[in-house]
Amino acid sequence: MSHSAGHAPGSAVAELDNHLEMQFDDAEQQKETSSFGMWVFLVTEVMFFGGLFMAYLVYRSQYPQAFAIGSSQLNFKLGTANTVVLIFSSLTMALAVRAAQLGQKKALVWLLIATMILGAAFLGFKGIEYHEHILEGHVPGANFRYDTPGVSFAVAKEVVLFNILYFCMTGLHAFHMIVGLGLMLWLVIKAQKGAFTPAYNTPVELIGLYWHFVDLVWIYLYPLLYLIDRYHK
Amino acid sequence: MSTLTAQPLSPQPLAPELPANHYLNESHGLKSWLLTTDHKRIALLYMASITLMFAIGGIFAMLMRLELLTPPADLVSDDTYNKLFTMHGIIMVWFFLIPSIPTTLGNFLVPMMIGAKDLAFPKLNLMSWYLFNIGAVVTIYAILSGGVDGGWTFYTPLSTGYLNSHVVAAATGIFIAGFSSILTGLNFIVTTHRMRAPGMTWKRLPLFMWSNYATSVILVLATPVLAITLALVAVERLLHFGIFNPALGGDPVLFQHLFWFYSHPAVYIMILPAMGVISELISTFSRKRPFGYAYIAGSSIAIAAFGFVVWAHHMFVAGISVYAALVFSLMSYAVSLPSAVKVFNWTATLYKGSISYRTPLLYALGFLGLFTVGGMTGLFLAALGLDVHIHDTYFVVAHFHYIMVGGTIMAYLGGIHYWWPKISGRMYPEVWGRLSALLIFVGFNLTFFPQFILGYLGMPRRYHAYPPEFQVWHVLSTAGASILGVGYLLPLIYLTWSYKNSPVAGPNPWGASGLEWQTQSPPITHNFVTTPIVTREAYDYTGIPAPALAVRSEEEASTYVS
Repeated sequence: MSHSAGHAPGSAVAELDNHLEMQFDDAEQQKETSSFGMWVFLVTEVMFFGGLFMAYLVYRSQYPQAFAIGSSQLNFKLGTANTVVLIFSSLTMALAVRAAQLGQKKALVWLLIATMILGAAFLGFKGIEYHEHILEGHVPGANFRYDTPGVSFAVAKEVVLFNILYFCMTGLHAFHMIVGLGLMLWLVIKAQKGAFTPAYNTPVELIGLYWHFVDLVWIYLYPLLYLIDRYHK
Repeated sequence: MSTLTAQPLSPQPLAPELPANHYLNESHGLKSWLLTTDHKRIALLYMASITLMFAIGGIFAMLMRLELLTPPADLVSDDTYNKLFTMHGIIMVWFFLIPSIPTTLGNFLVPMMIGAKDLAFPKLNLMSWYLFNIGAVVTIYAILSGGVDGGWTFYTPLSTGYLNSHVVAAATGIFIAGFSSILTGLNFIVTTHRMRAPGMTWKRLPLFMWSNYATSVILVLATPVLAITLALVAVERLLHFGIFNPALGGDPVLFQHLFWFYSHPAVYIMILPAMGVISELISTFSRKRPFGYAYIAGSSIAIAAFGFVVWAHHMFVAGISVYAALVFSLMSYAVSLPSAVKVFNWTATLYKGSISYRTPLLYALGFLGLFTVGGMTGLFLAALGLDVHIHDTYFVVAHFHYIMVGGTIMAYLGGIHYWWPKISGRMYPEVWGRLSALLIFVGFNLTFFPQFILGYLGMPRRYHAYPPEFQVWHVLSTAGASILGVGYLLPLIYLTWSYKNSPVAGPNPWGASGLEWQTQSPPITHNFVTTPIVTREAYDYTGIPAPALAVRSEEEASTYVS
């Protein structure tokens, strides 16, 4: 239904047609279609993470005490710092999309690099946390310690479930971050070559949407994993 | 070119010729097929893949039917039998029935029916075919390296802690193939929204488009849940976790909830596109606008929506609360309403229609019969009390085969025959077509109707040996399966033969109204010379000449039998 009448003559249109795939009538239809496709993809991602959130919901209501213990064993400070890092990376990404729309090549490249640095910092902090879990004996199936003082063996078995979900959820999230970093590296190379202009910047916008989605998943993970037992402290 | 639709093509000459340029001869060589982004070629690639998988799944079915010919275990051991029904289920569900109509007829027709040059994302479409094949290869590896048992449902903790077969490999194969489903669904949704030709409003969409759209919504929303569930099964099995193992604090019923949240809507992934095909066939061969177009279209969406809230009817004996069971029983009854709307509307479309009993319509009528039996017995199973008696018996086996095999494959084959002139440019042999439709209908009923009786008498599913008093029903069922096997083999042979040898069909041999019939057969790579402008409602037959070929079908047919 997006088949508008012919385009006005001009250099911008000629440039657009270089990027126009054969199945589309015009650049506007192509752009709207690509962006709609990304939104549908993000819906499938919500359902993908949704299975894990469902499992979390069921087990947390079944074992509230064990989940509180598991949550309080996490590194609250690092988790909070990571949340701030990730929110800032969403800001730099949003600014990068704006720079692409305005045709500011230099700003685009630097903002994308800033986003990548923040994303890498998040993964670094996450790595430190994982390292702590290994040292403290919190890894299910490997070195999980059932002899934490004040925790009975029966409850410790339930804490394992919290830790399994913690590793599955943060692991899947970290995998999405790594994919995002790879996509941004590709964007930086393309942007350096001047591929994005005010008339054509769809890839920046779509990968921006993806990055915001990955951030948003963390916005839910952070309270569910780190904050549920904080009111005691 | 508005004349395309405003003035339908003139009556065809009796011996039309193949067009000089079309999508099949546009380029040659293996590479031109393996790297194609043409939705029509990808449809044919899919057809080859799923036909191979259907053959593998079919061999497993034949081995099971042979074992069940006699009461004691004589052909295969209990372990082998467990693997046979598991692998039959996995292959047929994920590698044939789920992709069957959407990836072949859907891929071929969705862009043509809305007047587009291709799907919204042609490269993604090719990628989804590769993902499907990678998933299939991993699953075949699981089969060849010793097989999988425990049932296609992967119930935990059986699958994660007790089986000694290749569960993780099979789950990985299904996981990968799942992403091929997701990409296909995504592509269809976006294409339907954004790629319609000028004048092709939602209310003018062919009913096949509506049902494919509803299917795509299910593919996109349900498949990711299966993916994460199978990933958790693999994690639990590999790392000895207890996510779904009650001995370690996990909840096996949670697994069943997550699994059926996908796998019940999956049944609608199989049957909705079939319903779309039937709507097209019945309209064309009674030359009538479908009775209650808006209701048939709306019922597709309603089935997709209701389909998401009935999953726990698979779990009535799994220990869910009685209130949950009541609600899910009620919702399962509710989903029969939109299904019945379709059946009544199809019947009303036939009423006083100008009917020609060509092969596709025979398949469609067969579908009506089998789907109705399958649907009615579904109501038996949705009833809480009766379900306790017939749960896990052959009654269930017969019920879902009537829907998934009787329904979906009848429609798939009917659709293949109907659109064969468009796909290949040539007619299929009519007498052989009618014979195969008849053999499949008779063979199917002979195979599966006795299983209703077996189940009601108490024969549980998934056993390789049984008491002698059940033998007569099993013999009938095995005899039917042999007829069914011949029925499925025939189209493969004569359609392949017809590709070179049959009479040329011409652009619109049926006098059908859809946009796909307003271009040459086989179509050019971009489908239409210029983007069509749609000025008519769907299924408007005014001005479209009655099919010329139907007149000479008897003499044409007689040349093939002699």
